[in-house]
Amino acid sequence: MGPGVGEESLDMLEERKKTILDEIRAHFDGEILVDEREGHEGFLVAPDRLVEFATAAREELGYDYLSSVTGVDYLPDEKMEVVYHFFRSQGGPALVIKTQTPRGNPSVPSLVPVYPGADFQEREAWDLLGIRFEGHPNLKRILTWEGFYGHPLRKDWHEPYYEEDNKPFKSRWPEGDVIRIEDQIPFHKNVHYPEKFSAETWIPEGDAGLYAGLSRVPEKRSGNGQPLKTDQIVVNLGPQHPSTHGVFRMVVTLDGETIVDLQPVMGYLHRNHEKIAERNTYIMNMPFTDRLDYICSMSNNLGYALAVEKLMGIAVPERAEYIRVMMAELTRIVNHLWAIGFLLNDLGAFFTPALYAINERELVLDVFEAVSGSRMMCNYLRFGGLARDLPDGTFEVIKELVTNRLPRKVEELDLYITSNEIVRARGIGVGVLTREQALAYSAAGPVLRASGVAYDVRRADPYSIYDRFDFDIPVRNNGDVYDRYLIRIDEIWQSLRILEQVIRDIPQGEIQTGKSPYQVRVPRGDSYGRVENPKGELGFYVVSDGKPNPWRYHVRAPSFINLTAMGEMCKGQKIADVVAVLGSIDIVLGETDR
Amino acid sequence: MTEDINNPEIPVPEELQGLVSVTSLDKIYNWGRKNSVWPMMFGLACCAIEMICVAASRYDFSRFGMEVMRPTPRQSDLMIVSGTVTKKMIPQIVRLYNQMPEPKYVLAMGACASGGGPFKEGYSVVSGVDKFLPVDVYVPGCPPTPQALLHGLITLQKKIERQSIRKVPWYRKGAAESIPVPILGPDLIDPRDFPTYDQEQQRANVKEKSIES
Repeated sequence: MGPGVGEESLDMLEERKKTILDEIRAHFDGEILVDEREGHEGFLVAPDRLVEFATAAREELGYDYLSSVTGVDYLPDEKMEVVYHFFRSQGGPALVIKTQTPRGNPSVPSLVPVYPGADFQEREAWDLLGIRFEGHPNLKRILTWEGFYGHPLRKDWHEPYYEEDNKPFKSRWPEGDVIRIEDQIPFHKNVHYPEKFSAETWIPEGDAGLYAGLSRVPEKRSGNGQPLKTDQIVVNLGPQHPSTHGVFRMVVTLDGETIVDLQPVMGYLHRNHEKIAERNTYIMNMPFTDRLDYICSMSNNLGYALAVEKLMGIAVPERAEYIRVMMAELTRIVNHLWAIGFLLNDLGAFFTPALYAINERELVLDVFEAVSGSRMMCNYLRFGGLARDLPDGTFEVIKELVTNRLPRKVEELDLYITSNEIVRARGIGVGVLTREQALAYSAAGPVLRASGVAYDVRRADPYSIYDRFDFDIPVRNNGDVYDRYLIRIDEIWQSLRILEQVIRDIPQGEIQTGKSPYQVRVPRGDSYGRVENPKGELGFYVVSDGKPNPWRYHVRAPSFINLTAMGEMCKGQKIADVVAVLGSIDIVLGETDR
Repeated sequence: MTEDINNPEIPVPEELQGLVSVTSLDKIYNWGRKNSVWPMMFGLACCAIEMICVAASRYDFSRFGMEVMRPTPRQSDLMIVSGTVTKKMIPQIVRLYNQMPEPKYVLAMGACASGGGPFKEGYSVVSGVDKFLPVDVYVPGCPPTPQALLHGLITLQKKIERQSIRKVPWYRKGAAESIPVPILGPDLIDPRDFPTYDQEQQRANVKEKSIES
C-alpha cells in the first residue's frame, strides 16, 4: 500500500512520525516548535539555531542525507520560509525542518559547511526567491544569469506575459472569444525591464565573475626553487558541445591537461517550470512533469501523483498500482539503456552502442505510445489512478519484451561492453566519488549506489506497492565511471525481475478511484512525494492553500543535484575524462534546469 | 535518380539512358545539395531526443543523405532547432547561426522552437526561434514524432529544389549580414531594438498597469 493509502499504513506512518518527534524533542528541549499549520508537517527552527540543529541532526540523530532545500514565499504573512528535507541513509521517513525569515530582507545561514549538497539548491533558492544564504561560498545566480532583474518565483514578481495569478485565465473563455496576452503586450520578444533602464548605456556583466571565481593553478617551482612561470588555461565545454547531453556548460581550469577546477554552468534550458506550475491547476501540471526528465516521463508522473495524492489522501486501485509500477520500471530500463549507449558515445564508441540501445528503447516506446498515445510525453497518470487502461494486446507485448527480448539484448550489451578493454581503461578509477562524499553531496540514484551506499527510495521509504516485490538494491563500491556503468546493468536486471512479478500478479479491475476529475480538491498542507527515478531521487514538494492551484511547487531534481559533486569528481583528472564522468552521472537538461 | 534531374525536353538515346543526363545547372546543383544536407549536431531539449531517434536505425534519416551530423556549425547546412529556446541560450544560437556558412537553413522542430510552446508564458523562454533567425520549415508537435520530423526534412528538400542559382543570396555581391547577437541584461536585449527601445518600454509599462487594474 502506498503512503496515504489504507488505514494500516496511515497508522504506521503516524507512529514513525511520533518516534522522530520524540527523538527531536529529547535533543532540543523546548527550542524548536512543531509546525502546527493545518496539514503541514515538520519543525520550525529559528534561523540562528539552524546550523547547530542541522549539525546535531547529522551527528547525533543520523540524518546524514540532505535531500531537498527549497524556499516558499508566504506573501500574505510577509515571510519567506526555507524547507529542508533530511533523511537517514539507512532508510526511514523524512525529518522536515523549516526556518522562517522576514520577507523584506530574507536571510538564513548556509548549510553548505555541514551538508555540501546544499550548494546548488541554496543558489537556486537565492536565484529564484532572493533568499540570502549567509556564509555560502559562491552565492551566485544559477538558473537565470547574473544581472537578471528580480527573483522570479516571488509571488509578487510578474512575468512579461502575466495575466492573472491563477489559471484558468478569465480571458480564455468569455463566450469562446479567446484573447491572447501576447497580442496585448507590445513587446514582441516578451521581455520585461526595470523602470528607468536604458539599453544603450548599460554594460553587460558577462562571465568575468565566473572566471574570477575559479581556483588558480598552484605555483610551480623549478629544481632550484625558482618560481616557474605557469599559465592558467580556461576551457569552456558547452553549451553547444556534442558531449554535454544538451545545453550544459562546464568551465574548466587546466594545468597542462589536468583539471584544477571545474564549475558547472547551467540554466540554458531553464523553462520556468515552477512558476508556470504555480499558476496552473494541479492536473494541468501533469503534462509539464513529462517534460522534466524527458526520457522518463512515466516515473515523473508517478512522483507528482504521489505528492498530490498524499495531500488529498486518496487511494489508488490495485490494478492501477501495478500498471504504474510496470511503467516506472519500463522507464528505468529505457533510461539505463539510453544512458549506457550515450556513455559509450562519450568514451569514443561513437553511436554504434547507442544505436543498439535506441533500438530496444523504441520497442518500449511502442508500448508507451499504445497506452498513452505519445512516445515520449506520456501524461498517463492521474490523481487516484491512470488515464486509461492497457489497450488490447499491449499486455502480451510487454510480456514478450520482459521475458524474452530485453533479457537477451541486455545480456548482449553486457557481453560486448562490460569486459571491453577500452571501457575498463577509461572507466576504472576515473571520476571517483567516495561513499562519504556521495552522501555529503546529496548524490542520488546510481551515482550514490555506485559509491557503496545502498540507498534506494523503493526500499528505504517504500511508495506505491514496491514493498510487495522481491528485488535487490544493487551496490558497487568503487564509485568510479566503470561502477556507475555496471550499476545500470544491474538495475536493468532488477527492473526485469520486478516486471516479471508484476506480470505474474497483475489483477483485473478498476484503474481509477471514482471519476477522473478535471479539477481536484486539495486540502491545505504541504507534502513531499518522492520516487526513485532512474536518475535518482525525484521529489515534489507541494504546498497547498486549499485553492485549485498549488501555492508552491518545487521539484527536487536528481540530475541537478548530482551535478553538485561533478567538480569534486573531476579534480585531478584529465580533460578528456570530464566527458566520461558527465556521461556516467547521466543528466538530462530538462530536469537540471527545469 | 536520373529521371529526377533529366530535362524532359531533350531526349536521351536509349542506349545511353541511365548513363547520361542532360539537365540544367540549377537542377544538378540543387539535386546535389538537397541530397547531402548536413544537419548540425545541436540538441536543445526534449525534441533533441526525437531527433536522435530519427538519426537512429529505425527511422534513419541517412536515407535522405543526412547522416553526417556535424557538431561544428562551420561544416553544417541545416540547423535543427530541437527544443525550447531560452533567453539564456539564444545568444549562443544566434552566434552558431552566424558561424554557419551559406547556404544555410533553419528547421524549427516542435512547439517551443516554433512559437514558445507550453513554456511560452514563462519569463525565460523566447517565443519561437523565428524572433531571431529566419526559419525555413516549422514542424509542429510536442515533440514531433520522428515521422513528422522526416516530413519536415523532406519539405526542406523540396524547398531547396525550388531555389535558383541566379537568385540565391549567397552568390550576390557583398557579404551576408550577420544577425546581431542578443545581450543578456536585466532581461534579453535585442540590439535591433535599440532605436525604438525607450518608446516601447513606456508603452509596455502603461499596458502592464492597465492589465493590472
